[in-house]
Amino acid sequence: MIVSFIHRAVMQGIPLLFGSTGEILTEKSGNLNLGIPGIMYVGGISGVIGSFLYENSLPDRSAVNPFLIIAIPLFCCLLGSLIMGLIYSFLTTTLRANQNVTGLALTTFGIGFGNFFGGSLITLVDTDVPSITLSLTSQYFSKTLPFAHKLGWFGEVFLSYSFLAYFAILTAIVVSLVLKRTRVGLNLRAVGESPATADAAGISVSKNKYFATCIGSMIAGLGGLYYVMDYASGVWSNDAFGDRGWLAIALVIFTVWQPNIGILGSILFGGLYIVHNYMNNIIAMNMSTQELIKMAPYVVTVIVLIVISMRKKRETQPPASLGLAYFREDR
Amino acid sequence: MKNKADKPMHEQLVQISKRAALPAWQSWLIRILAVLASLVVCAVIIVLFTGDNPFAIYATMFKGAVGTSRRIWSLLQGVAMLLCVSLAVTPAFKMRFWNIGAEGQVLMGGLATASCMILFGNSMPPALLLLLVIAASIVAGAVWAVIPAIFKAIWNTNETLFTLMMNYIAMQIVSYFTYIWSVPKGSGKIGVINAATRAGWLPTIGKYNYLLNILIVAALTIGIYIYLRYSKHGYEIAVVGESENTAKYIGINVKKVIIRTMILSGALCGVAGLLLVAGTDHTITRDTAGGRGFTAIMVSWLAKFNPLYMVVTSFLLVFMQKGATEISTVFGLNDSFSDIITGIIIFFIIGSEFFINYTLKFRSRKGAEAA
Repeated sequence: MIVSFIHRAVMQGIPLLFGSTGEILTEKSGNLNLGIPGIMYVGGISGVIGSFLYENSLPDRSAVNPFLIIAIPLFCCLLGSLIMGLIYSFLTTTLRANQNVTGLALTTFGIGFGNFFGGSLITLVDTDVPSITLSLTSQYFSKTLPFAHKLGWFGEVFLSYSFLAYFAILTAIVVSLVLKRTRVGLNLRAVGESPATADAAGISVSKNKYFATCIGSMIAGLGGLYYVMDYASGVWSNDAFGDRGWLAIALVIFTVWQPNIGILGSILFGGLYIVHNYMNNIIAMNMSTQELIKMAPYVVTVIVLIVISMRKKRETQPPASLGLAYFREDR
Repeated sequence: MKNKADKPMHEQLVQISKRAALPAWQSWLIRILAVLASLVVCAVIIVLFTGDNPFAIYATMFKGAVGTSRRIWSLLQGVAMLLCVSLAVTPAFKMRFWNIGAEGQVLMGGLATASCMILFGNSMPPALLLLLVIAASIVAGAVWAVIPAIFKAIWNTNETLFTLMMNYIAMQIVSYFTYIWSVPKGSGKIGVINAATRAGWLPTIGKYNYLLNILIVAALTIGIYIYLRYSKHGYEIAVVGESENTAKYIGINVKKVIIRTMILSGALCGVAGLLLVAGTDHTITRDTAGGRGFTAIMVSWLAKFNPLYMVVTSFLLVFMQKGATEISTVFGLNDSFSDIITGIIIFFIIGSEFFINYTLKFRSRKGAEAA
C-alpha cells in the first residue's frame, strides 16, 4: 500500500513540480507571476486542442504517427504557455504594469480560456464525439519503461512513470544548477535582487526578465499537459485541475526558491493532497476531516513563510525586488 | 566622454520617460480608447467563434445584461457585491499592502454569518440574532485579515504570498463546515438556511430583494471615499503607501497603521460575506466569494483606488460578464466565455496605464547627428 501511495503521490506532485520550477525561475528575475494557475490551464488545454484536432483528423486509430501524436500536443502546449508568458512580460516589463494585477488578470483569462475550450471545443469543431477523451494520445503520453513492472516495489516507486515525469525532475535539476552555478543564473539572480545594480553592471534587465518569465511559463504549462494527458488519462473536464496552480506557488515558498528541494517538496505536497484516501484504512475518517487534511499544504507553507521572515537568513529570502517594476530613470 | 567618442554610440530608438501628470480628461480619453480597442478585439474573437454580425452580438450582450427588470436588479446586485469587496481591499492597496486574501476574508465573514444562523436560528429573538450575525461577520473578516498584517508589521513577512495562502485555508475550513452541517447529511451542501423562519436573513425593503444590499454598499462607497480623502487615517495611509521612511520621519507609527488598516479591510470583506450569505444566497459554499476577491483587486487598481471611479469599473466588468454569459447561452458556448472577455479588457486597460504615465520620444534624425 505504501508503494502505491508513493506512486500516486509522485503522479500528483509532477504538475506541481513543473509549476513551481517555472515560477521559481520567473521569481528569480523579480517577476511575481500570479498568472501561473492560468498558464497551467492554458498549457493543458492547448495540448488538448492540438491532440483533439489530430486525433479527429485520423482516418482510423491504426494510422497514428507515434512521433506526431507526442509532438503536436507538446508543441501546442509550449506555444500556448509561451504566448501567456509573453503577454505577462510585455505588460509588466515593457509597459511596467503592476505585477499582481497583471498576474491575476492572466489567471482569470487562462482559467476562462481552459474552461471555455474544454466546454465548447466539440461544438466549435462540429464533431459527433460525446466528450473530449484523448485515449490514444494519453496512451503514448503515459507509456512507462517496459521493464518497470518486473522489478517489484523498486520498479513501481522509481521507474513506473512517463517521460514527462522524468523530464520534470530533470528540468528542476537543470534550473537549479543554472541558477546556482552558471553566469546566466548569476545575472538572472542579480536582476531579481537589485535590477539597478544589474543594469549598472551592463546586464540587460528586460532581456533577463523576458527570458526567465517565458521559459518559466513554458515549464509551468507542461504541468497542465502532464495532468491531462497522463494523470487524467486524456480526459479533460472543466475545473478538474482545481487549485493546483496556487499549490505550485505555495511550493515555491515551501522550497525557499530552490527547484532541487522542489522535487521532494512536490512529492510531499502530492502526498498531502491524496493522503486522505489512504488514511481511511488506518483510522476511519469522514468527508469533513478529509477537507481539513487538504488544508495541510497551505498551512505548512504559511509556517515556512513566517519562519523564513523571522530568521532573516540571506539565502532563504524572496528575491529583493520581487513584485516591483524596474524603470531606469526612476532613481 | 571624449575618450569614448571613437566607439559607436548606441542611442535607443525610442526613449521612454516619465511624464508630468496628464490633465484628467486626457488620461480618461486614453482609458476609454483602451476599452474601445479591447471591445474591438473581443468582437473579432466573438465573430470567429460564432460567425455572426458583431453588432448583433453586442446587442445580445446588452439585452442579456439589462434586458428585463429582473436582469437589471441582478446586474446591480452583482455590481454592489463586487464593489463592496473592491472597497474593502482599497485602503490596504493605497498603503501598498497587497491584500490578495479578500476571497478568504469574505468567506470567513460569510462562514461566521452562516454559523450564527445555523446555531442560534431557533433559540434567539430575530433582532438580537441579526445584530449577532453582523458583529460575527465583521469580526471574522477582520481576524482573518489581521493575522498577515501582524506578521507583516513585526517581521516584514511577504503579505502577498501570506494572504494568498490564507484564501485556501479559508476555503478548506468552509468545505469542512459544509460537510458538518450539510443537509441531508453527507451531501456536502448546506442548502438554504432557515428557509421557513428566515431567522438571521437581512430584511428586504418592499419587494426588492437586493435593494438593501445595494443601499448598504452605496453608503459604504461614500464612507470609504470620505475616510480615504478627508480623514487623518486616510492621510496616514497615503503617506505610508508613498514612502514608509517618510512616514516614520514625520512620526507616523507605521506598524499601527498597517494593522489598523488591515482590520478595516478585513472587516469590510466580512460585510461583503454578510451581504452574500445573509442578504443574497442564504447559504454558503466554498465558492460563495466566487472569485470576487481577485476581481476586486483589478477593479480597485483600474480605478486608481478612487471609490467613486470603482463604481464605474465594477459596473463595466459585471456588465461585460453578464452580457458574455448571455452570448454563451444563445450560441451554445461555455459560459467561461465571460472570463476570456474580462481578461482581454483588463489587459488593455492595464496596458493603457503605461501611456498615461510615460511618454515615448522617438529618436529623430537631427537629434542623432547632434549627439
